[in-house]
Amino acid sequence: MDEISNLLGGFSVALTLPNLGYMLIGITLGILIGVLPGLGGANGIAILLPLTFSMNPTSAIIMLSCIYWGALFGGAITSILFNIPGEPWSVATTFDGFPMAQKQRAAQALTAAFTSSFVGAIFAVALITFLAPLLAKFALKFGPAEFFAVQLLTFCSFIGMSKEPAAKTIASMMLGFALAAVGMDMVTGQLRMTYDVPELLKGFNFLIAVIGLFGIGEILLTMEEGLSFKGKSAKISPKVVWETWREIFKYWKTFLRSTAIGCWMGITPGGATPASFMSYGMARRFAKDPDSFGKGNVEGVIAPETAAHAAGTAALLPMLTLGIPGSPTAAVLLGGLLIWGLQPGPMLFVEQKEFVWGLIASMYLGNIVGLIVVLTTVPWWAAILRIPFSVIAPVIIVICAIGAYTVNNSMFDVVMMLVFGVMGYLFKKLKYPLAPLVLALVLGDMAETSFRQSMLLSQGSLSIFWSNPLVGTLFFLAIALLVWPLLGAVKNRVRVAEARAV
Amino acid sequence: MSVESGDSSAQGDVAAGGSLSARWPELLMAAFLFAVAVLVVIDSLRVGTGWADDGPRSGYFPFYIGLMLAGASGWIMVSQLRRWTSDRSVFAEHQQLRLVMAVFVPMVVYVALIFGIGIYMASALLIGYFMLRYGRYRWAVTLPVAVGVPLFFFVVFERWFLVMLPKGPIERLLGL
Repeated sequence: MDEISNLLGGFSVALTLPNLGYMLIGITLGILIGVLPGLGGANGIAILLPLTFSMNPTSAIIMLSCIYWGALFGGAITSILFNIPGEPWSVATTFDGFPMAQKQRAAQALTAAFTSSFVGAIFAVALITFLAPLLAKFALKFGPAEFFAVQLLTFCSFIGMSKEPAAKTIASMMLGFALAAVGMDMVTGQLRMTYDVPELLKGFNFLIAVIGLFGIGEILLTMEEGLSFKGKSAKISPKVVWETWREIFKYWKTFLRSTAIGCWMGITPGGATPASFMSYGMARRFAKDPDSFGKGNVEGVIAPETAAHAAGTAALLPMLTLGIPGSPTAAVLLGGLLIWGLQPGPMLFVEQKEFVWGLIASMYLGNIVGLIVVLTTVPWWAAILRIPFSVIAPVIIVICAIGAYTVNNSMFDVVMMLVFGVMGYLFKKLKYPLAPLVLALVLGDMAETSFRQSMLLSQGSLSIFWSNPLVGTLFFLAIALLVWPLLGAVKNRVRVAEARAV
Repeated sequence: MSVESGDSSAQGDVAAGGSLSARWPELLMAAFLFAVAVLVVIDSLRVGTGWADDGPRSGYFPFYIGLMLAGASGWIMVSQLRRWTSDRSVFAEHQQLRLVMAVFVPMVVYVALIFGIGIYMASALLIGYFMLRYGRYRWAVTLPVAVGVPLFFFVVFERWFLVMLPKGPIERLLGL
């Protein structure tokens, strides 16, 4: 069992006092980010990324990934107490979480949510521990064509699984690719799409895009509701936690099913949000009393939280092994790795063993620390939410501006942040998905390079993408995922026609 | 390049009044994306989309990206025009847009102010403005928060993390 000994080695890296400290700071910041509207996992990490440039990469990634866990935990607090999903993936948690809080069962709902998050994450981390090395070993055989096929698979699955219209998903993704192409061409050194604007020489930084699209865009969107926080207060006592634990583990089937959905949706980049909805829907379908859902059924809290956290964690598996993030937040973490000079992908497991296993060990520890922190500090976070929006909103704007400035010490980036903010608002209003844009912006250069390298190998013939069984399978899968929803639509139409005929 | 388009469509929304139909924003956004696609295709053609001696040229990949973006946004435009009269979807209520602009305009002013007086002073003004105008706080509450928050950031960034942020004449006067 190589993995076990590697993992123990990882624990010895993660369990040093400074790293535990960073973990605690990360979790706390993460919950804060998750609780506040307008600051999410993706842009929270984007804002804090420049601060970690001076730290050593292992400590930095431990802190950043803990921010991520914290944000996942934090989203549940606002959903349950205030009926405001702090994060998109906790929307489904409001369905039963808020009714529970209205019935004076907020403490039970919170305990159930945190515990489910924890269970989902731990299963997903275990999956990473044992699957990641295998996947990485497998991926070592990949050439440029295989890498491009995997990237294509990622993008096609986004189009196929998106709830938004396909044309808008494609448009958003292509805009991301186009923005990624601006600036100097990495291969030939030629400038392109800069139109003689000197600020564009460096290209568009994805961190700025994330801060604008998610941070500023979210503030504008939140403002539309004329937001007033009127929430339930919550005190969690050890007795309630204990009783809730005894109650919720009767739903072990829901836990297992939601974890499976979450892991699957995280690895194929469906993301945490669809995972949570799908899991909620499934739990309701399999429940003995589906009518009680939406009125404060604890199972309706367990299902989406388990799936969201499992998906959020599993999204790191393809990021570490293939260099392909499964979610926007994972994409930002990947950007961080690149900035520290660590190239994610199979070689990471060979060359940076200590880093990889330190990170994986920190996922176990981070979630344990996270669970303890949220269970003990809920009243405090709920109090933060009573600070009116007229104070929180300008502070968040200031934080976003500082975050955007510190990426490159450039005021142009702060202006671009505003532009991306307006775009994020318009995109959300017009139902363009944001995740494909961010992913394409991060992966654009990598995808282009692997495509050009494969074209070089084949002298410009696309046939390289079915030249051997491996790349052929990947390529076929990508196309299948792309046309899958089309097939579904056709099938539905046939079924309707048949029903009419009968 | 996207500065003007983003702003003009946001302002167009406010001018419309009542509850704004999604028709125009939808069409304008698609047109904007189409324009970006045209820019990408033109520049790809300039740098060359074919092969040089050492492999694909710089425009090889972006060219197809531009074409696909043009295709997708063109499709959105056409389908929007086809259901122009039947489209009853609402972009936002007039009241909502007023609230959005109430945040957006100070945001733009804030960024403009950073150029002149530095990020700390501008932040203090932004927080103060929000609290007085929207929170209806008294000066006694507003002042400590508006000064305290930027001061906190100053200590964290300039002293603790040694990250220099834009400063203006007032900081220079204080010799910071």
